[in-house]
Amino acid sequence: MNQRNDTEEYLKKLVKLVYDQISKGDVPEISIKSRTKENIVLDSLLGVWKYGDQEVKRNARKMDGAQFLAKSLYSIQFILDMLKESKSSTLREMYYISEGWKDYKFESQDESNLLVEDMEVITELMREDFHLRPEENGASIIGNITIEEKNRKGEFKRINCRDDVGDSGYTIPYNVEEEKLHLISQDADMILAMETGGMFDRLVENRFDEDFRAVLVHLKGQPARSTRRLLKRMNEEMHLPVYVFTDGDPWSFRIYASIAYGAIKTAHISHWLAVPTAEYLGITASDILSYDLPTDVLTDKDIAALNSELQDPRFNTEFWRSEIETMLKIGKKAEQQALAKYGLNFVTDTYLPEKLNFRS
Amino acid sequence: MTPKKTETENYRQVSVSEFFEKNRHMLGFDSLQKSLFMIVKEAVDNSLDACEESGTTPEISVEISILKEDLFEVKVLDNGPGIERSIVPKVFGQLLYGSRFHVLKQSRGQQGIGITAAILYGQSTSGEPSIITTRRKVDSVAYRFVLGIDIKNNVAKVHSEDPIIWPHESGTEICIKARGRYVTGRQSIFEYLKELAVVNPNAKISFTDPEGKKYIFEKTIDEPSKPPKATKPHPYGVEIGDIIGICADSSEDSMENLLISAFSRISRATSLEILEKSGIDPGASPHSIDKVKAESIIKGINDTKLMPPSAESLSPISEKFIRTGMLSVYGEHKPSFYGRPVTGKVAIYKGNPFSVETGMVFGGALPADQPILVLRYANKVPLLFHPGSCAITKAISETDWRQFGFEQKQGKGVPYGPAIIMVHVFGPRLPYTSESKEAIAPVDEITDAIKYAIKMELKQLRRFNSRAEKNKKMGEKFNLVSTVIPEIARKSSEILSMEIPDCRVVISKIANVVFVRETFVERDGNKHSVTEVINYTMNPISMNLKIVFRNGEVDKKIENLGMSEKFVYEHTEPLNVSDEAEYYFTGINPVLVQGADELPSDWGLKGVEAYESEE
Repeated sequence: MNQRNDTEEYLKKLVKLVYDQISKGDVPEISIKSRTKENIVLDSLLGVWKYGDQEVKRNARKMDGAQFLAKSLYSIQFILDMLKESKSSTLREMYYISEGWKDYKFESQDESNLLVEDMEVITELMREDFHLRPEENGASIIGNITIEEKNRKGEFKRINCRDDVGDSGYTIPYNVEEEKLHLISQDADMILAMETGGMFDRLVENRFDEDFRAVLVHLKGQPARSTRRLLKRMNEEMHLPVYVFTDGDPWSFRIYASIAYGAIKTAHISHWLAVPTAEYLGITASDILSYDLPTDVLTDKDIAALNSELQDPRFNTEFWRSEIETMLKIGKKAEQQALAKYGLNFVTDTYLPEKLNFRS
Repeated sequence: MTPKKTETENYRQVSVSEFFEKNRHMLGFDSLQKSLFMIVKEAVDNSLDACEESGTTPEISVEISILKEDLFEVKVLDNGPGIERSIVPKVFGQLLYGSRFHVLKQSRGQQGIGITAAILYGQSTSGEPSIITTRRKVDSVAYRFVLGIDIKNNVAKVHSEDPIIWPHESGTEICIKARGRYVTGRQSIFEYLKELAVVNPNAKISFTDPEGKKYIFEKTIDEPSKPPKATKPHPYGVEIGDIIGICADSSEDSMENLLISAFSRISRATSLEILEKSGIDPGASPHSIDKVKAESIIKGINDTKLMPPSAESLSPISEKFIRTGMLSVYGEHKPSFYGRPVTGKVAIYKGNPFSVETGMVFGGALPADQPILVLRYANKVPLLFHPGSCAITKAISETDWRQFGFEQKQGKGVPYGPAIIMVHVFGPRLPYTSESKEAIAPVDEITDAIKYAIKMELKQLRRFNSRAEKNKKMGEKFNLVSTVIPEIARKSSEILSMEIPDCRVVISKIANVVFVRETFVERDGNKHSVTEVINYTMNPISMNLKIVFRNGEVDKKIENLGMSEKFVYEHTEPLNVSDEAEYYFTGINPVLVQGADELPSDWGLKGVEAYESEE
């Protein structure tokens, strides 16, 4: 994280670039690293995927480029005002504030979120530096791990994520950096991160956390930055291995990839978020066959996503190619809760132990 | 059809009235709701015909009230010429009176059948006669008839006939009590009157529904419609019965003369040619023509080359009426495009001439996810029933609308899109699918003519769409350089607390054109056109601009207009709502100009061609 003055300086430098271009009679233009799967490369030192050298230029020759520049300027002014007044806002609040920018308002929250990410990539700052934060997404943890979280009074409050929480666990805040959250101690052997709430509840009820000395994390679908960041901190600082347990469909593969390799949208901060040693325990095409699981037929969108993954450098391993191709061949997908076909205890008594042994 | 003694006396003579009383569905009186509709339609059609024939701009008022349960009273009043009292019983009380059997004329009514059928229907369902009040300008009083129909003898039964003081200078009012059912929607009396208003913008049509709600379609043109001319039938297409009838009624002394006087396009020479080919003596008496001889005459006609029928008997609605009518009735949808009405060529079906007119509105607030609205007309009468079996629907369904931006499953069926299209087929003796004239028979000749007219309409729409697309692109570029770029300059300077940078060069680099655009201002309730010429190139420019308005043109010389400078001209003559100027230039490199066309080199020799060619 950077100091306020640094942030201000970086942002004004960007504005000055545009200003100078216009003064010189040049069409204003900003270069950004291309944020596509064609431009991500493996950082072999860190084991995560980051943006490569390809750049795209956004210029004011066409309406959408000019709109992008104008909206960026409005956003920068909004951020600078917040910095000055020591305020912060959620991404959603910024989207609504843009209503007042009239011709330059955001058409959707996706557009404003993407623009904030673009500004992170351009300035090499993080949105926290812009005093922008996401909504709480309520991802949660249950397991024998002790943390300290700073409360509204500014005091650090100690919480054991098994003994001090209810059935829904400890809710991960949006800021999980040291200034907000201390990792104190753990008595566990691994972290098991789950895609769905149903499976999280099943494992909690079956006391998988106690029997297998696991910290259970509910990802809530595609995990938020703070969830991935906390997984990374627990992995690096507490030396806990991370296993990802998902449904068996192309979207679940992407959840795993964003945890283990880094997401394409946020590849500029992969080193901050990704856990390169995370292992996939989710349903595979082979599982569908070998456990004879109840399935759904792949939709057209599923098939397109699988084919796109075959072009994605992050999935360019023998394991993934073979699983993706098999799934395309059988044309089926399965949810993790399909394991209930063999009873409520099957997942904790048979499936996960078998998978964990097979892996280790 | 006229009752006549036949040789076979075992059959009891049935009067026409009696026949129709038993078969009234043939005339459209086939359900309660339909019957109420038919009464209004027959009365209004008669009123419009009467006004047209007398050169009056129609004012028609229709009032429907409920007497009890399913018993209604229909009152239709017009400002037509009125009817001479001695013929009132025949006009209203006798089926087939005035049937112009041997005269071909395009008219709305069912040639003397319709209104009598309505009175007959009222009489048999309510048990009450109708009340007819009529007054001619030359009379000082109106006459009120209480009139029913003597079914057995096919004549009117006049219950009473009284002179009365009437506030109207001339006109006719008919009041019929009948059983019926009142409905709203696509096949309703209201819709019928609304669609009539589209093609009769010179008529004031008011309507009071059973709840007492009053609707008025005001007139927007103050000139009477031209009445259709009566012509003699063309020989092609006549049938044996026609020939026998004509010959029997004729007072001509020879067949040679009969053919000349009874038909159009037959000269003495062709008459003799036909008779020679038929093997009939030119001097033979017309009364000697029997079925066999009539048959050979038809053969003779078909073997003789004749001039096609004249278009004189055709009475189009006219481009002006269609345009004005659609504007006033559908203007509330704020359509973005009014198609110029198309009038097809005169075509022939079974020896009778016919033609097609179309009109179209598109876009605006019209729903894009609904089937297009199709307004069908035959001889100026809206057709609301049996769309599925009608030539107009067939032609629309068999036209591929997809290439014009409509949705249509596999290019077949009624398309979906924000459009209203009106199709008018007109001519004497149009073929209908039934006696009640509710749909035009889908014969190839007519369907093809409709398709052709629709395609002409759609071609205009395509031109409009491509122009609109071009304007949109130009508007976006103009907005980019005139608004967004200066805003980027302003905002960046504001954030940095620095002077606003000069962005003229950047703008010229991006645009590098001279924009010619028209905006509108309102002054004293009038629309004024404002022309702006803005130089977004790197260098000063000069050009000659010709601005063409609907009512004249203006020439402007623009000299040394600097970078980002603007030339403004306000035209102070008021314009119509949909008027747009056209721009032409000379004296500048054409690639530098957007929003205007290079002046054609033959300008002034040809004049302004306001009409678009058909191909």
